[in-house]
Amino acid sequence: MTLSNSIRGEVTVRHLSKTFTLNGQPLPILKDFNLTIRSGESLAIVGASGSGKTTLLRILAGLEEADGGDVLIDGRRVRGVGTERAVIFQEPRLLPWLTVIDNIGFGLETRGLSRDDARLVAQRYVDLVGLNGFEIAYPRQLSGGMAQRVGIARALAVQPEILLLDEPLGALDAMTKIGMQQELARIWKDEDVTTVLVTHDLEEAIFLADRILILPREKGGEPRLIDIDLPRPRDRSAPGFVRQREELLGLFGLH
Amino acid sequence: MSYEDIHHGRAYGIGVSHPEGHASRWLAQTAAVAAPILSRYGLVIGFLVFWQVSTNVGWINASVFPPLDQIIGALWKGISSGALIDDIAISLQRSGIAFLAAVALGIPLGLFMGQVRAIEQALDPLLQFFRQTSALALYPVFILLLGLGEASKVFVIFWATLFPILLSTIGGVKEVDAKLIEMARTYGAGSLAIFRRVVLPASVPAIFVGLRLSATTALLLLIAAEMIGANKGIGFQVMNAQYNFQIPLMFAAILLLALMGLAANAALVLLQRKLCRWALPQ
Ligand SMILES: Nc1ncnc2c1ncn2[C@@H]1O[C@H](COP(=O)(O)OP(=O)(O)O)[C@@H](O)[C@H]1O
Ligand SMILES: [Mg+2]
Repeated sequence: MTLSNSIRGEVTVRHLSKTFTLNGQPLPILKDFNLTIRSGESLAIVGASGSGKTTLLRILAGLEEADGGDVLIDGRRVRGVGTERAVIFQEPRLLPWLTVIDNIGFGLETRGLSRDDARLVAQRYVDLVGLNGFEIAYPRQLSGGMAQRVGIARALAVQPEILLLDEPLGALDAMTKIGMQQELARIWKDEDVTTVLVTHDLEEAIFLADRILILPREKGGEPRLIDIDLPRPRDRSAPGFVRQREELLGLFGLH
Repeated sequence: MSYEDIHHGRAYGIGVSHPEGHASRWLAQTAAVAAPILSRYGLVIGFLVFWQVSTNVGWINASVFPPLDQIIGALWKGISSGALIDDIAISLQRSGIAFLAAVALGIPLGLFMGQVRAIEQALDPLLQFFRQTSALALYPVFILLLGLGEASKVFVIFWATLFPILLSTIGGVKEVDAKLIEMARTYGAGSLAIFRRVVLPASVPAIFVGLRLSATTALLLLIAAEMIGANKGIGFQVMNAQYNFQIPLMFAAILLLALMGLAANAALVLLQRKLCRWALPQ
């Protein structure tokens, strides 16, 4: 089968279930959850706080174990973390003792590249996220937005099939955030990568995603998938965009 | 570039000009240099001036607290005549061996104990107990076990210096940000790589806190260690001079110990700056 060999970055979730215990009480988060994320698509996950967005993403990342069900990547069942996936967290999680370029090269070095080779590759990603001139700065010398860009570059540098992002722009101020959303849209257009973006920002989801997964607020509710068929690059003020946002707000009962 | 990058270097916008003469500028410059020194060492300088003046004037008994110039004179004589050099050498040897042994045992053991929770929990009560038991109180036990020679002297210093290093290393390892470890794990780092690339560098500042504490302790403990069964060493000189009522020499030996402590601390601070450039304030 030549077709299955060429598929890269497809995620299938089958019959996933997860229940936490909180103060001795069972807290069901996912129940018989199924989802297919297509190769190369951008999926946004939205939902009320506590609806299980992070938990789902961490299961996909292999950082959290599901109670039941499977996660398949390109048809292979996976357990634990894997080098075909990279995670971008809400906090940049940079190593304070490494310079910008060595932080970006961190994942390459853990994969066996020498520091010099890692720097050579990392430099391309320094350029990509627009951090030229800051190569030898330390994380403490960076603003929040710059630090998060280092984290994004570090994840892209290992050329993952799947990029998992948990509210990566959640801690940034409004202006920086919009700038970064535009950068992400630009980067994703060029990189051949499947992205799963957890966000609580509906506009961000519409701006970046091909599809939006809405996790139900109340337990027992059904998750919903919504296609975003807007042309790219997207314009926040375009009538289609505005209509899409109204529609989504309506789904959340905020209309 | 996005918005937040713009707010760089804006601090020196307005040009400041002083039309006044050279004298006031010179004064201002001197003050600018002197102010930080004064705020840092002002109390020390004041104390030394007070000491010198009050012994000269006779406010305090000069035979118990000799004037500073006598103390410095005694120190200079001891060093230039070579009489104190042997003492310095033997003391440095005792403290040095003990300190290095404490480093060689304390850091690896601390790194290990900090990572393995079960071991840390099992050993912690014992550690706390030993730490609370002063090395001085155990000195007679060490003498009983090791005799009156070098071994017991080095061992009592080793004992006292081990715990600051061990405890601060354990603390450093335990406080490593679990989120950084998780991040490294998502990039496929195994436990060895995580230790080498995350845990170890993250612990270095805490380890240095212990090293500096221990280095000072190693020197201070000379006084006690060389109190018994010694005929050489700076600590011995302190006791011996006191016994012979050579009070300036006694203070000279104490001063020497203090200066060595300062030097050891300064050397460690320098090393720390070199190793932890990433943690320096800008
Ligand atoms: N390790 C855990 N132990 C117990 N409860 C947890 C744990 N992690 C998350 N939860 C709970 O699971 C629910 C979903 O959490 P999360 O996935 O972080 O939600 P979201 O990211 O959508 O805000 C929350 O109610 C949270 O308190
Ligand atoms: Mg979350």
